[in-house]
Amino acid sequence: MNTIIKVKNISKSYSKGLLALDKVSLKVNQGKVLVIMGPSGSGKSTLIRTFNGLETFDTGEIDILGIKINSNYNERRIQKIRKRVGMVFQQFNLFPHLSILDNITLAPLNVQKRSRVDAEEFGMYLLQKMGISMHAEKYPSQLSGGEQQRVAIARALALKPELLLFDEPTSALDPERINEVLDVMRKLAQEGMTMVVVTHEINFAKDVSDQILFMDSGKVIETSTPDIFFSNAKHERSRKFLNQLDK
Amino acid sequence: MKSYKNIFFQIIIILLCILFFGFLINNLIINLIRTDLGFNFSWLLKPSSFALAEHVLPYSPSDSYAWALLIGWLNSLKVIFISLFLSTILGTIIGLSSAGNNILLKITSAFYVTIIRQTPLLLQLMFWYFVGFLGLKNNFIYFSNILKINNQGIEFFGLTLTSEFSALIIGLSVFTSAFIAEVIRGGIISVPKGQWESFRSLGLSERNGLLRVIMPQALPAIIPGLTSQYLNLAKNSTLAIAIGYSDIYAINDTIINQTGRAIECFIILLLTFLILNLLITNLMETINKFINKKKIYLS
Ligand SMILES: Nc1ncnc2c1ncn2[C@@H]1O[C@H](COP(=O)(O)OP(=O)(O)OP(=O)(O)O)[C@@H](O)[C@H]1O
Ligand SMILES: [Mg+2]
Repeated sequence: MNTIIKVKNISKSYSKGLLALDKVSLKVNQGKVLVIMGPSGSGKSTLIRTFNGLETFDTGEIDILGIKINSNYNERRIQKIRKRVGMVFQQFNLFPHLSILDNITLAPLNVQKRSRVDAEEFGMYLLQKMGISMHAEKYPSQLSGGEQQRVAIARALALKPELLLFDEPTSALDPERINEVLDVMRKLAQEGMTMVVVTHEINFAKDVSDQILFMDSGKVIETSTPDIFFSNAKHERSRKFLNQLDK
Repeated sequence: MKSYKNIFFQIIIILLCILFFGFLINNLIINLIRTDLGFNFSWLLKPSSFALAEHVLPYSPSDSYAWALLIGWLNSLKVIFISLFLSTILGTIIGLSSAGNNILLKITSAFYVTIIRQTPLLLQLMFWYFVGFLGLKNNFIYFSNILKINNQGIEFFGLTLTSEFSALIIGLSVFTSAFIAEVIRGGIISVPKGQWESFRSLGLSERNGLLRVIMPQALPAIIPGLTSQYLNLAKNSTLAIAIGYSDIYAINDTIINQTGRAIECFIILLLTFLILNLLITNLMETINKFINKKKIYLS
């Protein structure tokens, strides 16, 4: 089985003293879904953002798709990784000055130098898959949050990535809009997409994930299968967190 | 009761205004009668009988005042548009440096902006003219026939720029670039951080992201600030008189001294500046609309 992500002992502190990441190690194999959970400020975003070089780290090593990065910022390697890894953000971060279709074709046109016809055809295919092809000519501000997030997923898929990163993709959505995004993510997981998802959605984590990684204060507290994590978490700290989530 | 009081005060203020302008107009009429000049523009066709060191079109002292004014305007436009171009390039580079991640560039550009913005333009023009050019040796820079820089000015591929013109261009460009840099920086930091992360995560290069994602969103914040800097530049160009460059203001000044036609000259100056600045404002709005409509940042 191919290993997509291998993280070895990475640490990071923003300011002296407090560690945002504290000797974190993990592994994700091809086609697997890793869900990262943990209280606010535990370092989930910091961790997932190191995977595509949006965040640097101080010690340790990360291997993404065979490309190794360490504390020395290596622009060329990170650029290589970004072309093969898609990311979806909590706040969607669509480009407001571009139409939905232009949002999706921007990277294929400029990064992969594909032809416009090609890029738009694939873009329309992705929008159809996300169930929002009728909005192709609209602008992000004309769409609901759930629709915008599905556009963001289509945009991340436009480069045909081998790994998708999600940082709380449903946290900014109205409750009745959450499922339309989760359904799309379920579909991607079924198709065999390798994914890392930071989320508080317990049902999604139970159904879709292969592994749950629980963090607190920058440390990995435990890594378990969802069965074990939700019924019989190994660590006291995890059980406490789950109790709070249930309320 | 209160509204009556308001109306009363408004009437008083209107009366005071009428009184003030009446006083000014009365003054004007008295002066016109006293100098025995009357109010007309027929003098424009008389020969100017002064020489001009710098002229784009053929000019001699036997040409009319009107022609001299036109030469002055062409001299001014030459300075304004070249400085506008140079200051935009320089300002954009400095603005981008100060909004970027490189600490050394950030400090350097902050230093540049602070020094340039905190000193008077007149002083800077004097500096470029007297220290920059007149202080130069005979052959300060000399590359056979390609580039010569000395106290006579700049010669580049046989194109000669006088030291007055060069000093003015450099002074205005450098001064305006510092303000433009701040406008650009302000526009860029007004774009949410998520937009940077977004284009980076898609593998777009910094240059591509800046061009296609950040700048288009920064532009609505940049254009009005840029316009007002261009208007300032146009008005500031009248300081040319301080270093002896014959721009429209300097020539106007000479004509007033010769003819005493201060009122007519000021009207000409005011109206022509008004037209120029309206043109700049409109041009900028057109550019803004064009960029938004054609989406030129996509191609
Ligand atoms: N840019 C930054 N500068 C300084 N400190 C930061 C920065 N970003 C995050 N931190 C700190 O690092 C720690 C981890 O933050 P991080 O955003 O990774 O947490 P998180 O688990 O994603 O939290 P949340 O659930 O609220 O999103 C926190 O203590 C946070 O205050
Ligand atoms: Mg977070």
